[in-house]
This record gives sequence, structure tokens and C-alpha cells, in this order.
Amino acid sequence: MTAGFQFDLCKRNQLLESKGVKGVSVTKTGTTIAGLVFKDGVVLGADTRSTSGSTVADKNCEKIHFIAPNIYCCGAGTAADTENVTGMISSSLDLHRYATGRESRVVTAMTMLKSHLFRYQGHVSAALVLGGVDFRGPHLFTVYPHGSTDSLPFCTMGSGSLNAMAVFESGYKDNLTREEAVELVANAIKAGIYNDLGSGSNVDICVITKGHVDYLRNHEYLQGKTYQRRQPVVYQKGTTAITKESLVSLSDLTIQDGDATAMDTS
Amino acid sequence: MFAKGPSHSTALGPGCAGPPLANPQNFGQAGPGAHEHGSHQPSCGAAPFAVDASMLRSAGSQPHKHTQSPYVTGSSVLGITYAGGVMLASDTLASYGSTKRYKSVQRLVKVNETTVLGAGGEISDLQYILNMLDDLSTEDYCADDGQSLSSQELYSYLSRVMYNRRNKMDPLWNSLLIAGLESGKPFLGSVNMIGVAFSDDHLATGFGSHLARPLFRKKHRPDMSEEEATALIREALEVCYYRDKQSINKFQIAKVTTAGGVSISDAFALPTKWEYQAFVDPTRDAVGVW
Amino acid sequence: MLAPPPFRLHTPASVGPANASSDNTRSRPAWSPYDDNGGTCVAVAGSDYCIVAASTRLSTGFSILTRDCSKLFKISEQVYIASAGFQGDVRALQKMLQTRNVMYEHIHRKPMSASALAQLLGNNLYYKRFFPYFTWNLCVGLDPEGKGSVYTYDPVGSFERVGFSCQGSGKDLIQPVLDNQLKAASPLVVPAKDWMSALPLEQAQDLVRDAFVSAGERDIYTGDSVEILTITKDGVNKEILDLKKD
Repeated sequence: MTAGFQFDLCKRNQLLESKGVKGVSVTKTGTTIAGLVFKDGVVLGADTRSTSGSTVADKNCEKIHFIAPNIYCCGAGTAADTENVTGMISSSLDLHRYATGRESRVVTAMTMLKSHLFRYQGHVSAALVLGGVDFRGPHLFTVYPHGSTDSLPFCTMGSGSLNAMAVFESGYKDNLTREEAVELVANAIKAGIYNDLGSGSNVDICVITKGHVDYLRNHEYLQGKTYQRRQPVVYQKGTTAITKESLVSLSDLTIQDGDATAMDTS
Repeated sequence: MFAKGPSHSTALGPGCAGPPLANPQNFGQAGPGAHEHGSHQPSCGAAPFAVDASMLRSAGSQPHKHTQSPYVTGSSVLGITYAGGVMLASDTLASYGSTKRYKSVQRLVKVNETTVLGAGGEISDLQYILNMLDDLSTEDYCADDGQSLSSQELYSYLSRVMYNRRNKMDPLWNSLLIAGLESGKPFLGSVNMIGVAFSDDHLATGFGSHLARPLFRKKHRPDMSEEEATALIREALEVCYYRDKQSINKFQIAKVTTAGGVSISDAFALPTKWEYQAFVDPTRDAVGVW
Repeated sequence: MLAPPPFRLHTPASVGPANASSDNTRSRPAWSPYDDNGGTCVAVAGSDYCIVAASTRLSTGFSILTRDCSKLFKISEQVYIASAGFQGDVRALQKMLQTRNVMYEHIHRKPMSASALAQLLGNNLYYKRFFPYFTWNLCVGLDPEGKGSVYTYDPVGSFERVGFSCQGSGKDLIQPVLDNQLKAASPLVVPAKDWMSALPLEQAQDLVRDAFVSAGERDIYTGDSVEILTITKDGVNKEILDLKKD
């Protein structure tokens, strides 16, 4: 076995597809993800809905992936691709840190991601927002499925990217404080959650500053169920009034010997 | 009574040119094209053919081709209601594909004293729609009874026009917003090219439905003042201008108010900001990036 | 040999941005006369009531067009239509049925019964067999005995009277739950069994509310709010329950 994907059945699959056989459907994180550079660091944000077609596959999934202690990455696209590609680059960087004994740089992660994605010409469908802080300061990149990248002060990705971008464009200003930045990113994600059907549930936030990371899982829990079923009735503990109470201590019980009756096994 | 304009054929339904007869004949519709169009409706009054012969006849059994893509198009139109009125906004660009072809096209149009229409999509189809609305206004004028079509009625009419044309597989390639007053209350409605029609407190077509509506949903209140509403719609226009590549910084705002009827502003530009510090050289500290 | 149909019919799955046409290398968005605007309708018939409910979200693709667009349409005091699918067709269909009811009232001096309207709706759907109304309908009301009646349709006019039904984007989620909880027999089984829900009204309403809230959790096209109408001999009660907005 060699590393990488197996392509043995590509020809066969192509033939089957040309004869009308449908391919498998995969779980997409039809998503809103966003990132923003502020004065001392980077804020990443994501919603927590993953969809499969028109149904919600996971109501509270995690889309902000660990890359390195100082680098995190939001993923949109096919869930399997985003999880594996970030995991793969994360472990490579781990080895790289063992070898070099230095903190990973964000550009390194970005370059490894784009090289990998470009080799697969968009078939690894991961659209990423990569953010982190290294010795040169905060960095934010978008990585597109085909391997192109962009370095930006703020960016959005996923099916809710336009909704989130509208919030950024109307609310961004120079030298945001940490609190302002977190609020702006959370608002951008909420715009995706409320306006884009591919995005939903809660807001995850990750704030990366020099030497410190705050991963705020479910930073905002947005809305619970609006109705609880009344039937069948569930009676609360204590619904039936206690009229009398007597306690028997087990240690006070005496055990009497007697003739055992054989068990009926007929 | 005045003869009806050719745009209101009772035989072919709203939005279709033709004579007002149950079985349309070809008078007044010179040219071979006119004959082919109605060939499945026998002029003798007999039941129409179950299969349109003209569709089978054409080359390679391909169907009769109608509008399949737009040519000169307008982008988003935005609309919001507020206390005492309703406003629409759009830019004045008509694109030819990716070319900014005509930069001073008015896409917000006064229909009557209580209604304005805003349109995105194919500009020639918009002009056709305006012709039909002119016919309606002319009828109202000639009746001279002081009545004119209300915003709701125009909205219903346009939804039937669009739906009827989609039924004929020959759509009018537009997204329309209708804004006005209905019994003194603000009314805002939307109709698209296949006849999906709905009304809401705030609406946007095209790219605006992704960019402007999130802002509206967050910030809009039906009781906002005209100043607040103007500020909100200008903010939304600015965002649309930043992110919609088929837009220009030349806008108009149309208002219908309980106080002053319909007014459409002159074209104006919005102040924009492109020189945020972080935008100047975003890769300055990212050495090795490619 | 059969000629190809004069237009392509788009099934719901293929509604949306279509592929580039094969005879032209320039890709462009092919036009489709259909859209799927989502939404879910539920109806439950009881021995002296009928519940009909529908979500109010109107959507296209991944966008919400409006959060408040009713899918319920009143034909007469005790007869309603609930329709999901393509909203352009829904409007045309409902308007036509309303017109036909007005004409019927002028002739017969009474509104159409649920069964008469049910047949009319079936006929009109089948009339458009080769350019269908892309609508998923329920026709509900009370029958002459005062029992709830629910008619359920496919887009081209196949219909039957049932004890309960669900249509629209949340159908796959809700229908099995109704099957399980209501256990009403088909009106077609021999020997005849009572096909109406045996549930008391409050429990049936409770079930309908829960069905919508639960479908709203998992179906992206069901949300915002749900209108629940309860039709009894005393009149119609309308309730609006909020659903999640995401």
C-alpha cells in the first residue's frame, strides 16, 4: 500500500455514471464561516449546521479545526474533505515542529494546504478560512478548493458567505478591539445562520492572540425548540403526595434458614 | 370606448400581444411570424390541436425557441417600508453581459400617483412591461372617473403577466418590486420571472437578496422614520456596490409617502471607503506567501 | 416514432442552475419554468374536527424569500386547501379554485362541499397532466356528517380521502410519525375500518405542533412559523406557533 487516495475504480465509476448510475451523496457543511484580523490577533467564526441534501445531518458540529497550537482553520465544503485535509496538515506540522523545534508559521500551513488542494484540481472540495498568530504577527488566509489563496483582513466562505460578508462590509473598521472583533464575527455568522438555509444552529468562535487561544465552542446558543410535546404526559417527581413514610433498615433484617424449593425447570 | 392596446389580448392572457378575440386571427399582425405563433389555434374556432404542429415542424424536431437568456440587464433592486411610506433603490446600470453598457438607465419608474415599480433583469422586457402599464394608465385616464389602479392591484396584475408568460415558455426576464400605498398603508411586493409573488416589509432582488436582506432583517423596523430608512437603504446599496460586480456607484431612490405621493431622486453617488489600513498590504508580514 | 416533448420537464431534484446546453459551448443559465419554494402541510381528520396546518417559510435554493407566506387558502367557511411546492402554480391553482367556488355559489346558493372541491381539484390537476402544476396539495373540511375529511394529492391529480396526511418538504420526516401515532386505517380497506384519528382534539393538536417543531429541526425548508387551523362545527380556530428562524 502506498499513501494517498486509491484511484483503481475511477474508470469503472466513470463507466457506471455514463450509464446513469448515481454517485454517492456526501455530507456537506453548507456553511457560514468567517475570519477577521484585529489589533492583536485573529478571530475565526463558524455556524454549527451540517446538511445532507435538504436535511440537517448534524445540528451542532464543529467546523473550526485545530491545525497547530497557534493556528486554527474553518472548513466549508464536503465535511470529510475539510476534516481530513486539516487533520493531515495538522499532523505534518506536528512532525515539522518536532524536527525544527520552532512554532509553526501560518504561511507554512497555508502553502501545504494549497499545494495539496491544487494537486487534486478541486476534487478535494475544501473551502477554508485559515487563521493564526506566529512570530510575524496575525495572519488570515482563505484557501479555495482548487488551491488558490488570498490574504485578507476579513473573509467569509461557504453558502452563507455573502450574508456574512454584508455584515463585514457594513461593520468593519480599522483597529478593532478584541471585543468588537468577536461581536462583528458573531454577527456575520448569525447573518448566515438566519438568512442562509445551509447554515444554522449555534455560533462557534475561536480567538487567537500571541501565545494564547480561546476556543469559544457554542459562543452563542441561539434557539431551542419552541414547543414541548404535552402527550404522553410526563409526571414530575413529587406530583403524587406522600401520605405516610416508613423506613426499614436492611441491617436490621434477619435471614431465616429454610428448605429451598427447587426451581421449576420443566 | 377606446380600442384596447395590442398588449392586452383577452385571448392570450395578460402580457401577450394579440387581438382581443376568443380565437385569435392574424389581422393587424402582419408577417409570417405572426401566423406561426398562433398556428395551433385554428381560426375556424375548432378545438386546438393537442400537439402544436409548428413545434414538430422546426428543424431537428427542436422546440420553438423563446427568450432563453437575457441580453441587457439590470442588477438588484432594494425596497423597505417605513412609518408613512415605502422606498425603492437601485443603481442606474444596464449591463451587456459583463460590459457596463448603459450607465444612466432609470430602473425605478413611477406608475401612478401611489405606485412605483423597480426592475432588475432584461431591460427590453422592462420597457415592454412599462408599455403595458401605460396602456392601463391610459384606460384609467380615459374612464375619467377618478379611479386608478392601486399598488396591490398592479402587483396582482404583474404577477399574472409574469406567470402567464412563463406558462407560454416565453418569460419576461425580470425581477420586479412594486412599492406603494394600499389604503394609506405602505405596500411592498415582489414578482419574479416565473410568477413567484410575495410581499414583505423589506425586499430585495438579485444579488441584493443575499447582501441587502440580511441587513434589512437585522435592522429594519416598520415604524422607522424616513431618515432611518434612508440611512439603512444607503448602507445596503453601499454593500451591494462593494460586492456585486455588475453594479456602479450611481443610484436612485424612489419614495411613496402618505404625505407627498411619489418622488424619484436624481442619481447620486455614495461615499465609499477602500483604504482600510489592513487592505494596503495584507501580505506584508506573510513572508513566503505565493 | 414519438416526437420529443416540446419542453423539458424538471423534476424537483433538477430544479436549479442547469448545465450548459450540449449544442452550445457557451454556458448560460438554462431557464426552468419551475421552482421549489419548500414548506410543509399537515392535515388530521377527527370524528368532529379537522386540523390543517402549514409552515410559513417561502424559500428558493438556500435563500429565504419571506418568513411569512401562508400556504393555507380558504375556499369557504369550512373548506381549506393547503399547498406546498412551486408558489407560482400554488397561487394560480388557489385563485382558480376560489373563482370556481364563487361561480358554484351563484348557481347553487351554497358553497362547495369538501368532497366536491376535492374532485374539482383532482380534475384540474390532471387537466395539466403534461405541464403539471408542481404543487403538493391537501383539501380539508368537514363532511356532511360533521366528520373531518382530508384529501391528499399528487401533482398530477391522483387523490384519495384519508384520515391524515402530510405534504411538502417535511413529508418524509412527518408522515411516518403520523402513521405511527394516529394509526388510522385507509378508507379503502375491506372490511371497512374507522379511518379517522381516534385522538381527542387536544392530543391531535399537540401532535401536529410537535411534528412541525421536530421537522423544523431537521428540514431546512420548514421553519419560521406554522399556522394551525382547527375546523369544527362551531367555526375555525387559528393558531400561529413560532418555529426556529435558522
